[in-house]
Amino acid sequence: MIPPLAPAAAREVRPVGPLVIAIGEVTKLYRMGSETIHALRGVSISIHRNEYLAIMGPSGSGKSTLMNMLGCLDTPTDGHYQFNGRDVAGMADDELAEIRNREIGFVFQTFNLLPRSDALRNVELPLIYAGVPPAERRERARMALESVGLGNRIHHRPNELSGGQRQRVAIARALVNRPSIILADEPTGNLDSRTGVEIMALFEQLYELGNTLIVVTHEEDVARHARRVVRLRDGLIESDGPSD
Amino acid sequence: MKRVLYEITESVRIALAQIRGSKMRSALTALGVIIGIIAVTLMGTAIRGINVQFNNSLAVLGDDILYVQKWPWHNVDDWWNYANRRPFYPEDAEALNRIIASTPNSQLDVAVPVAGRSSTVRSGDNLVSGVATFGTTADYGRLMTADFQTGRLFSETEANSGRPVCVLGSDVAEALFPGGTALDQTVTLRGQPLRVIGVMARQGSFLGIFSFDNQILIPLNTYRRQFNVRGGSLEIRVKLRDKLHLADAEEELTGAMRRVRRQVPGERDNFSINQQDAFKEQLGPLKEGMAFAGLFITGLALFVGAIGIMNITFVSVKERTREIGTRKALGARRRTILFQFLVEAVAICVVGGTIGLSLTFVACTAAQHAMPNLPIQVSWTLVASALVASVVTGIVSGFLPALGASRLDPVVALRYE
Repeated sequence: MIPPLAPAAAREVRPVGPLVIAIGEVTKLYRMGSETIHALRGVSISIHRNEYLAIMGPSGSGKSTLMNMLGCLDTPTDGHYQFNGRDVAGMADDELAEIRNREIGFVFQTFNLLPRSDALRNVELPLIYAGVPPAERRERARMALESVGLGNRIHHRPNELSGGQRQRVAIARALVNRPSIILADEPTGNLDSRTGVEIMALFEQLYELGNTLIVVTHEEDVARHARRVVRLRDGLIESDGPSD
Repeated sequence: MKRVLYEITESVRIALAQIRGSKMRSALTALGVIIGIIAVTLMGTAIRGINVQFNNSLAVLGDDILYVQKWPWHNVDDWWNYANRRPFYPEDAEALNRIIASTPNSQLDVAVPVAGRSSTVRSGDNLVSGVATFGTTADYGRLMTADFQTGRLFSETEANSGRPVCVLGSDVAEALFPGGTALDQTVTLRGQPLRVIGVMARQGSFLGIFSFDNQILIPLNTYRRQFNVRGGSLEIRVKLRDKLHLADAEEELTGAMRRVRRQVPGERDNFSINQQDAFKEQLGPLKEGMAFAGLFITGLALFVGAIGIMNITFVSVKERTREIGTRKALGARRRTILFQFLVEAVAICVVGGTIGLSLTFVACTAAQHAMPNLPIQVSWTLVASALVASVVTGIVSGFLPALGASRLDPVVALRYE
C-alpha cells in the first residue's frame, strides 16, 4: 500500500513557499563545570514552506543543539531567530510553548507516546493544549490517524502497536495541529530497516501534500530522501545544498 | 478560558489514570492520608461531643439562675474571708422576695431557698446511699429545668406545713422500685416515711461528676425538722426575668442582698453570687487547650500523610520526566504541568480523605449504637472541614514537586533516561 520510493533523479522537487525560519549567526554556549562548550559557533539557515530538509553531522557537531533551537525547545545565546516573522530568540518559556504547540510537529526517535493513553488520546494531546473543543479534537485526531493508515487502530495503546505503528501515531500527533514545520529527530533510529523505509515513504507523501519537513539524522540513507541537506561540523555549517 | 477548562479536565483524567495505573502505590500513599483524616475527624467529633455534654450540663444548672452562696465558684486565696461569712436563712429568701416584689421593673423573678446534703434513702430492702437531698419551697417549681416523669412537685401548703412528701430523681426511683412505679409508694429518710408524689425525668449528669438523677426533693420545713437544722447552710437560687439582662440583674441582686444582710456602705459583700458562666469562664480555657492539643497531635498524623504525598509526587515527577518533556514539546505550559501534578496529589488526598471520613462515620455510628448516651455527632461542618483539609494537604504537599516539574527544561527532560 505504500508506494516504493522513486529513484532520486525522478523525484519531484516542489517549488518552495514563503520563508518560515530565518536563523542568523546563531551561537550557543553551554557551561559544563568550568568548561565552556561552543555547541553552535555562528549558524545561519533559511527554511521555506514546503522544503524537505535533512540536518546531518557526527555527534558533537551541534546537530542536536540546532534541532532544539529550530524546535523552539531552546533559545540561542546570541544571534537572531525568526519564526514566521516572529522573533523567537527572546521569548519566555510559555511563549515558546505556544509556538511549539501551533507551529511545530515533533517526531522523536523513541516515539514518546503516553503509555497509558490510546492512540486517539495521544494524537489529541496537542489539541488539548491548543484549546480545541472535545468533539472537534476527537474528529481531527481520528482523521490524522486515518491519514497515516491507522484508522483501524485508534483505540490501541502504544504497547499494543508495533514500532512502525507507534511512529505513525507520533507522526499523526505531529500533524494534527497543522503545524508550519514537522521536526523529526532520527525518526527511523529505533525501527528495523523495512519499517524505516515505510516511514520514509510516509514522509515523502507528507512532503508531496505540501508539508515542510526537517529531519535530523546521521544516516545517509535517510538524508537521501530529503531535497536539501545541511551538514554540520564543530558547530558550523559545513555544507548546505541539494541532496545527491 | 475554555483552554484552561480542557487542561483541567485533562489533568483530572491523567491523575485518575495514574492512580489506577499504580494502585498499590496510590493505596499506600492514600493510607497515610486516611489515617490522618480519621485521627483528626475522630478528635474533632470527640471535642464536639465534650462541648455538647459540657453545654448540656450547664443548661441543667440553668442559664437564667443566680446562686447566692457563701463561696464563689472559683478558687480563692483568702479563704478565711469566706469561711466566716454568716449563713443564709429561709427568712433571707423571704426578705429578698419582698424586696423583689416592691421593686418596680425588677430584673429578678423569684428567690428560692435550697438546702442540701447527702443522705441514704430506703424502701423495703432497697437502699440508696449518697443521694443528694434537697429541701426547698414550692417556688422551686419556677426554676426547675427538668420535667416530671410522673406526678408533681409539693404544693405551697404541703411545703409550709412540712408534709412528709418527696420527689425522686429518676435513678433513685429506679433503684428503690426496680421495674415498678414509685408514685404513691413510701420511702424512708432517716427513719421518716415520705410519700413519693413525683418522679423527675432523666437529666444526665453534670460533667460526669454530679448526677442530677440521683437526688430527692423534700419540703424545706420537712428537711429542717428531719436534719435538725436550726439555722443556715442553705443557698438562695434567684431566677431572672430575662437572661439577656444578666449584668443588671446581678447588680440589683447584690444591692438587694446587702439590704437583706443589713450591710453598711463600704463593707465588703458577705455573700457570693454565682452563675453558670463562671464555669464556662473557668473551664473554657481548659477545654480550648485540650481541643488545641488534641487537634495538634492528631494533626501530626495528617502531616505524616502529607509527607507521604510529597514523596510520591517527587517520585512520580522523576519517573515521568520524559513524559513532561514530551508534553512541553507538544505545547504544555508551565501552568499545565504544575496543575497536572497538583491535581494528582490532591486526587489521592481527596480519595484518602473521603475513605477516612467514611470510616470515621462508621466508627461514630457504631459507637452511638453501643453507647447511646454519648453525645457523638458527625456534623456537616466536620465533613466539610475534613474535605477542605484533604485538598489543602494535597496542594501543600504536591506544590513543591509540581513546581519542580513545571520548571523542567524540555531539552533536559526529553533526554532524561
